[in-house]
Amino acid sequence: MSNQKTEKEALVQIRNLKKYFPINNGFFSVQQLKAVDDISFDIFEGETLGLVGESGCGKTTAGRTILQLYKPTSGQVIYRGKEIKEKRDIEEFRRKATMVFQDPYSSLDPRMTVADIIAEPLDVQKRVKSSAERREKVLELLSQVGLNSEHASRYAHEFSGGQRQRIGIARALATEPDFIVCDEPVSALDVSIQAQIINMFEQLQEQMKLTYLFIAHDLLVVRHISDRIAVMYLGHMVELAKSDVICDHPLHPYTKALMSAIPVPDPKIARANKRIEFSGEIPSPLHTPKGCPFHTRCPYATDVCKESVPQLKEVETGRFVACHRIGEI
Amino acid sequence: MDKQEKELVLTSQDFEPASEEEKAYMVKMRPQTTAFQDGMRRLRKNKVAMVSFWVIMLITLSAILIPFFWPYKYETMLGMTPGKPVDASFQNLTPFQYSTSEIARQESGEKIVPHIFGTDSSGRDYFIRVIYGTRISLIVGFFASMIVLVIGLFIGSLSGYAGGKVDMVIMRIVDIIYSLPDMLMVILLATVLKQVIGDSLEGTMLAKIGSNIISLFIVFALLYWVSMARLIRGQILSLREQEYVLAAQAAGAKGSWVIKKHLIPNCISVIVISTALQIPNAIFTESFLSFLGLGVNAPMPSLGSLASDALNGITSYPYRLVIPAIVISLIVLSLNLFGDGLRDAFDPKLNG
Repeated sequence: MSNQKTEKEALVQIRNLKKYFPINNGFFSVQQLKAVDDISFDIFEGETLGLVGESGCGKTTAGRTILQLYKPTSGQVIYRGKEIKEKRDIEEFRRKATMVFQDPYSSLDPRMTVADIIAEPLDVQKRVKSSAERREKVLELLSQVGLNSEHASRYAHEFSGGQRQRIGIARALATEPDFIVCDEPVSALDVSIQAQIINMFEQLQEQMKLTYLFIAHDLLVVRHISDRIAVMYLGHMVELAKSDVICDHPLHPYTKALMSAIPVPDPKIARANKRIEFSGEIPSPLHTPKGCPFHTRCPYATDVCKESVPQLKEVETGRFVACHRIGEI
Repeated sequence: MDKQEKELVLTSQDFEPASEEEKAYMVKMRPQTTAFQDGMRRLRKNKVAMVSFWVIMLITLSAILIPFFWPYKYETMLGMTPGKPVDASFQNLTPFQYSTSEIARQESGEKIVPHIFGTDSSGRDYFIRVIYGTRISLIVGFFASMIVLVIGLFIGSLSGYAGGKVDMVIMRIVDIIYSLPDMLMVILLATVLKQVIGDSLEGTMLAKIGSNIISLFIVFALLYWVSMARLIRGQILSLREQEYVLAAQAAGAKGSWVIKKHLIPNCISVIVISTALQIPNAIFTESFLSFLGLGVNAPMPSLGSLASDALNGITSYPYRLVIPAIVISLIVLSLNLFGDGLRDAFDPKLNG
């Protein structure tokens, strides 16, 4: 993986992506819920980009908007140098970009057999010509995710959570994509199964030269699997850097707090580590604060922070932070 | 002593690892069951539903088969032979009574099929008229609920899946239709449509069915789809938030694919159940309209029109009202009970 990283060819570029949801409250008054507010970043070919942040910060919306499952309010998604705009581009993009879902229970249709679930993208995109070819493809995908052929004719409810997630992954691999958005794919599983699934993600990445956008809130998992990590807060991206760098030397005050919350297995170190805690709750995305989104809880906030939104700036090569006071703190 | 004999004795063999055969004996895959099989099993256990089912089957089969071999026809007035005077002894026979000419024929050794329910004032065999009326009622009930199903399914899934403005417009239309007094609308529409359709049917296949039945179907199509559409819309609204719908969309599936492959299969149990409950509703409305004289065209009988005709001779021949009324009740009751049983079996969540 490390040699791929040096190529640094952007597979997907996201530019000023915004996704606002209109919320109707009462007659004729429409509020905007700013789920994703002006994010820009590149995802390089063959890498795993981890996307972290607390619940409700817009991670999932970002992932879905990138895949055009939600129509972006504004901004661009550029795949291999080509902007995805027209219906034709979206159709083309969907052949190459797929998704693995969080909930292995609701993401598989209870009325379909495993074979039908896995082959659905092939059927939708009319990729297979005969039922024999379809069957062959399904069996190949099943073996790729560590299931066997007799599982093909069974229904999803007959499987455990880990097996169901494997089925979901097989479906995502069916169209031979090169970009997969993994939307918290392991958070619904227990720890030993998480390890299996994560190892499988890594194996598949090597075999099939996949690029992942790995959305999660478990920082240990993200650190393990990601080459780079992006941190989101209230629809904004606050920091983006190589995963070891960001975990060991976070720059943004929010990232610092986030990293200090990672549990350490050694109680001696854990006791020595000071947990950074903030007062207050995350503001509602319906009433986003003016200026820096984090200034309401930031101990270093000044008047500048209350007035203008900090942009994501490259402070070192490959290291982006959005903070006004980056040099001072 | 007894107690000691029963005590468990463990030897070292009991703690040895299981052999492959023993393991294979323990690992038994549960036989594959689908939701449908589970539902069927629950349905079969429900005695009330099964009895209702067999009652429905009995009534349906007799309504279909008996007219084929019964010697009397629903429209033949017995004792009326062209060119001869009317044999009045055929009219108003009580059950199992024979007319004078039939008694004469019986005495000469001929076998005569009895008039089980007697005859009516025109000398028509009442049994075959009830059977025929049942046939008409069942046909109307079945087809009317099919019409309701098709329209309700189409509009409901469109409204639920499209959402937004489309949904709002459709649901307001549904609200308007809901707020109309439906019996009044049914009577008005049936009267008007009878006039409008009546002439245009002349000489076509549909003339035989009669303008009244056609207008009945139109009434159903116009008014009764709303509750079905609402029900299906509600189901689809909750189902379309499921992640498997998103997964299909991520693969590039269009709305029609999602509705056909995911949404409708997942609410099929609700659809089947409410259709089953719609049939008695339709039968009841048909009987009601026929009773008011807006139903089938004479001489075609329906259970409602038979009951209506019987009103004229209610004091002398009360059984002519009682028999079709019992048949209507039996059909409606057993269909309702069977529908309830279907709901309990296939949709345990709706139970209550």
